[in-house]
Amino acid sequence: MHESAFQIFVNALLANNFVLAMFLGLCPFLGVSGKLDTAFPMGVATTFVMLVASLCAYGLNLLLSAFHLEFLRLISYIVIIASSVQLVEMVLKKYSPALFRALGIYLPLITTNCAVLGVALFQTAREYDFVQSVTFSVGGGAGFTLALVLMASVRERLQLSNVPDLAQGTALSLMLAGILSLSFMGFAGLGG
Amino acid sequence: MNPSAAKTWDEFMEGVWRQNPVFVMVLGMCPTLAVTVSGINALSMGAATTFVLVCSCALVSLMRSFTPKEVRIAVYIVIIATFVTVVDYAIQAISLALYDALGAFIQLIVVNCIILGRAEAHASKHGPLPAMINAAGMGIGFAIGLLALGVVREILGAGTLFGISLFGAGFQPWVIMVLPPGGFFVLGAWLLFFSWIERRKLRRQSAKQSGKPVEATQNA
Amino acid sequence: MNTDNNPPGPLSTKGGDDGSAAGAASGLVAGPALGRPGGGADSRVIPIAVAQPEVTPPASPTAAMIRTLGLVSSICGLIIVGAYEGTYDAVAANKRIATERAVFKVIPAAKSIAEYVALPAGGIEPKVGAGDTPVAPGAVKFFAAYDAGGKLAGIAAEGGAKGYADTVRIMFGYSPECQCVIGIGVVSMRETPGIGDKILTDRDFLANFNALDAKLKGDLSMLANEVKAVKHGTKTNPWQIDAIAGATITSRAVGKSINDAAQALLPRLVPNLEKLRSKS
Repeated sequence: MHESAFQIFVNALLANNFVLAMFLGLCPFLGVSGKLDTAFPMGVATTFVMLVASLCAYGLNLLLSAFHLEFLRLISYIVIIASSVQLVEMVLKKYSPALFRALGIYLPLITTNCAVLGVALFQTAREYDFVQSVTFSVGGGAGFTLALVLMASVRERLQLSNVPDLAQGTALSLMLAGILSLSFMGFAGLGG
Repeated sequence: MNPSAAKTWDEFMEGVWRQNPVFVMVLGMCPTLAVTVSGINALSMGAATTFVLVCSCALVSLMRSFTPKEVRIAVYIVIIATFVTVVDYAIQAISLALYDALGAFIQLIVVNCIILGRAEAHASKHGPLPAMINAAGMGIGFAIGLLALGVVREILGAGTLFGISLFGAGFQPWVIMVLPPGGFFVLGAWLLFFSWIERRKLRRQSAKQSGKPVEATQNA
Repeated sequence: MNTDNNPPGPLSTKGGDDGSAAGAASGLVAGPALGRPGGGADSRVIPIAVAQPEVTPPASPTAAMIRTLGLVSSICGLIIVGAYEGTYDAVAANKRIATERAVFKVIPAAKSIAEYVALPAGGIEPKVGAGDTPVAPGAVKFFAAYDAGGKLAGIAAEGGAKGYADTVRIMFGYSPECQCVIGIGVVSMRETPGIGDKILTDRDFLANFNALDAKLKGDLSMLANEVKAVKHGTKTNPWQIDAIAGATITSRAVGKSINDAAQALLPRLVPNLEKLRSKS
C-alpha cells in the first residue's frame, strides 16, 4: 500500500475514525464517556496501549511469517495485548498512582477493547510497514480519544437538558453516537 | 416440567431474554453494529459467536478444577482465542464471500466481552453441561439481537431480506441504514422500543395495583 | 442521571450481580462495568469485594500455575493446528476458484492460468507454491492466461488502493498486443452501497477499461502516462478513467490501484513477454 504516513494519520483520526466509522472500541465509548474528566485519560491510556500493541504486533508478525506460523497470529496478538495492559497498569501504579486510581477498573478493561486488537489486525491485513503502522495506531488512538471527548462533552451538557424519560441511558448515547458518526462522514476523502 | 428440566430451561432462557447481551447488557457492541448490514451476515456472526461461546465455556468448565485463580484470565483468553481461530478457518473453508463480508470482526470475537464475562461468571463455577446450556442461551440471545438489527437495516437500507428483493426496482433504499450512523440509530431505536414496552408494563401493573389495594406484593 | 436503560427482562438489574461479584474479584469482567453509562458501575463492583470475609485461600504454588498454563497451551495448540490442517485444503481450493473466476472474468478468452512472479531485479519466473505462499519482498505476482489453444490470451494482476471505507482490490486484465488494460473485476471492496459500489455495475465506467492505455515509455522503465481517474465528463486521453459522478473517491481508488500495480509490474514483464507466449 502506498499511503503516506500523513494520509494514514488523518484517515484514522477523522474519515475512518475507529469508533464512529469502524465500530471499534464501542464498549468503553458508551461506558466511560459520561464525564470529561475520565474520558480524556481513558483515551490517552488506550492510545498508549494501542501504540504498544501495534509495535508488538508488527514484530510478532515478522516472526510468525518467518516461521510460517500464521495460524498462531490471533492467539499471540491477544496474549501480547493482555501483557501490555498489565505492564501499563504496573507502570502507572508506580509512577502515577492518582491516575491509576482515577481510571480504576477501566484500565484492565482496555484488554477487551476491540480498538486495540483491531489496530493489530488491520495493520496486518493492510500490510503496513513500520512507520505506517505507528502512524496508524497513534492516529487511531487519537481518533478514539477525540470521539470519547466529544461524546463526554455532549453528554455532560445533556444532563442539564430535558430529555424524555423514555430515552434516558444507553438509547440516548446511541442516538448521539449516530449523529456524531453522521457528521464525521463529512470528512470522507480528507487526506487523499 | 420437573424441577431440573425447568432449571435448565431457565438457565437457557436467561441468556436469550432476561440478560440478552445486546438489548439488556449492551455488550459486544463492536460486532453488533459493524456486521449487521444484512440478515445473513448477522446470522453468521451470531452462529460463529455462539460456537465460540459454547466451546470455550465447555473447555473452561472442564478445566475449572485445575485453573489457579491467578492465571485464570490468561487461560480463558487463550481458550477463547483458540476457538476463534478455529471459527476463522472454518468460515474461510465454507465461503470466502462470507469471510470477506464479516472481515476482521470474526477475529474480534475474541475480545467480545460476553464470552470472557460468561467464562468468568458462570463456566468457571459450573459443570460442563450447565455451562454449555447457559452459553448457548447467551449466544442465541446475541444472535437474536444481531438478527433484529440486521433485518431492519437490510430492509430499510437495501430493500432486501436475506438477499430476496422485497420492494421491486422502484424502491429507493435508505442507504444511511447500512452505514455506521444507521447502526447506531437502529440499535438506539430498538432500545427505545424495549424501554417503551417496559414502561407500559410497569404502568399497567401500577394501574392494576391502585385499582386493587389488597394485591399481593409486586414482583421485583 | 444514572438511569439504567429499561431492559425488557424484569430481573435485569439483579441479573448483573452474577457478573459483578466475579468482576470485583478479577477486576476484569466487562459486564456491569461497561453496559451502564456513568459511574454507577463502580459502586456496584467495589462494595462486594469489601464484603468478602478475610479467609483468603493460600496462593497457588508456581508449579500449579505453570502446569495449568502448559496444559492449556498444549490443548489449544493441538486444536488450532488440527483446525488449520483440517481446513487447509478447502480454503486453498476456495481461494484458487475465486482467483480463477476473477481472471476468467477480466480475460474472456482465457481457459487456463499459470501463476508467475516478476522479480525485483527484473525477469520473471513461475511462482513456487500455490495460493498464498508469500513471495520475496519486492516481487510482484501475476497470472498468465492461456486460451484453449495454449496461446497467451492476456496477463492478469491485482492491485489495491485505499477507497472511501477500506482497501479496494481490483483484478485487471492486460493485453500485450494493444498494451492496454482490457477489463477489470473487483476482488474486494467495502464501499458505500448505492454509491461506491456503482463501480461494479455502471456501464459507462466499466467501458473505460475496454482499452485503457498502459503503454510503457520508450526505455520501458515506467508507464508513459499515469493511469488516473479524472472528473466525470473530462476524459480526453485513452489512459484516463472517467470517474463516476458522486463516487469520485472510489473511482480514484480503482485508477490508483491499476496504476500502482502496472507501474510495478509492466516494466519487468514486457521485456520478458516472449517467455510467456505459449504455455510451458
